[in-house]
Amino acid sequence: MITIVDYGMGNLGSVLNMFKRIDVPAIVSEDLDEIAQATKLLLPGVGAFDAAMMRINNTELRKTLDRKALEERIPVLGICLGMHILTRSSEEGKFPGLGWVNAQVTKFPRKTDFKVPHMGWNIVEPTCESPLIKGLPEESRFYFVHSYCVHVDNEQDSILKTTYGVTFDAAIQHGNIFGVQFHPEKSHKFGMQLLRNFANI
Amino acid sequence: MLRTRIIPTLLLRNESLVKTVNFNNFTYVGDPCNTVRIFNELEVDELLFLDITATCEKRPPNFKLLADIVNECFMPLGYGGGVRSLDDAKAIFKTGFEKVAVNSYAMENPDFITQLADHYGSQAVIASIDVKKSWLGSYHVVTNAGKRKTKHTPIEWAQNLEANGAGEILLTSVDREGSWRGFDLELVKSITDAVNIPVIAHGGGGTIEHIGKVVNEADASAVALGSMVVFQKKGMGVLVNFPDEEKLRAVIQ
Repeated sequence: MITIVDYGMGNLGSVLNMFKRIDVPAIVSEDLDEIAQATKLLLPGVGAFDAAMMRINNTELRKTLDRKALEERIPVLGICLGMHILTRSSEEGKFPGLGWVNAQVTKFPRKTDFKVPHMGWNIVEPTCESPLIKGLPEESRFYFVHSYCVHVDNEQDSILKTTYGVTFDAAIQHGNIFGVQFHPEKSHKFGMQLLRNFANI
Repeated sequence: MLRTRIIPTLLLRNESLVKTVNFNNFTYVGDPCNTVRIFNELEVDELLFLDITATCEKRPPNFKLLADIVNECFMPLGYGGGVRSLDDAKAIFKTGFEKVAVNSYAMENPDFITQLADHYGSQAVIASIDVKKSWLGSYHVVTNAGKRKTKHTPIEWAQNLEANGAGEILLTSVDREGSWRGFDLELVKSITDAVNIPVIAHGGGGTIEHIGKVVNEADASAVALGSMVVFQKKGMGVLVNFPDEEKLRAVIQ
């Protein structure tokens, strides 16, 4: 069972919908007891970094999430903003992130040929092996919408990279912690494969 | 590299999908859910739904139908038609759409674009502009499904929408819509030169070459297709289809 954490940041229906399509049991929950029972967590997220961190820090949720990720070490997947909050900090906000992965989030540099947000389908390049990206075909493409991007400190934490003006980490793994910049729930068979992989970890 | 998005644009009328010519002459195309199921299998880049009677009938979006559509789709989705409040937008996003398109109401209340962008981010806001060409050759913006003429020129109105926070512009040529004659390159180029946000060219796409032209010569960031993806050929029957991937990528530089 995958527990999709509802911390008030955006549209959870699409993620749930794709799990339904690939026959993976999943629930959406904001209930701390339910989250405490989870065997796998998914952190979705659309919105602003500080708003997300405030929602997490101002409740008991922070403690529960830290325990699940760092002590119980269950698999956790952050999507988009949900990936950004796994890091130390973001140029988008002034609050620190969860700090589970040594990485930082920076704004796309202003270049005339590369409009921000980076929005649309882009190709990903595998950089390290990971169970999350097993079986993805060559030239896999995913749907991205973001104005800030993740850079890991240690290259072995990067599993997919994408280039849009700059090269950034499109997917990361640090032990049991996973993050993807793109939206697998909006990325056809590529996203299905990735979420199926997460379910099988 | 970012792919140029090719976006089937589907017109909702009551519970059905229709296709129009110059915003008139409705042809029944099919049931929305069956049609989107096929587009999902064809792995299209994105889908845009426009409810073409919501504004004129003064009614809100058909949220139940939108929820049914989302169940069949695993790609980005946009919706336009009768969106007049943040609550409408909220309900649309909640069903699993990520973009809303606003046309007539932005003319009544330009601040609405700003409110949407502030709440949901510019990337979630498509400002839709319908344009007609006069017999003297000048362009002007029309609203209410092409029925109401306005005093605005497309360039000035597009810049206004961009300044208000729109994330992209859906630019529809009423004269070319449903015509299979190719996009109005002059119109598209005038807007892509005037704004910094992505412009989706709509109206007239009939061949892969038309798509290549509007991207390469008029700098469209994305291309919306209507007739071409729901009919076999001009004047022929309904066939939900999508241009061949390799041929498409070959014409787009």
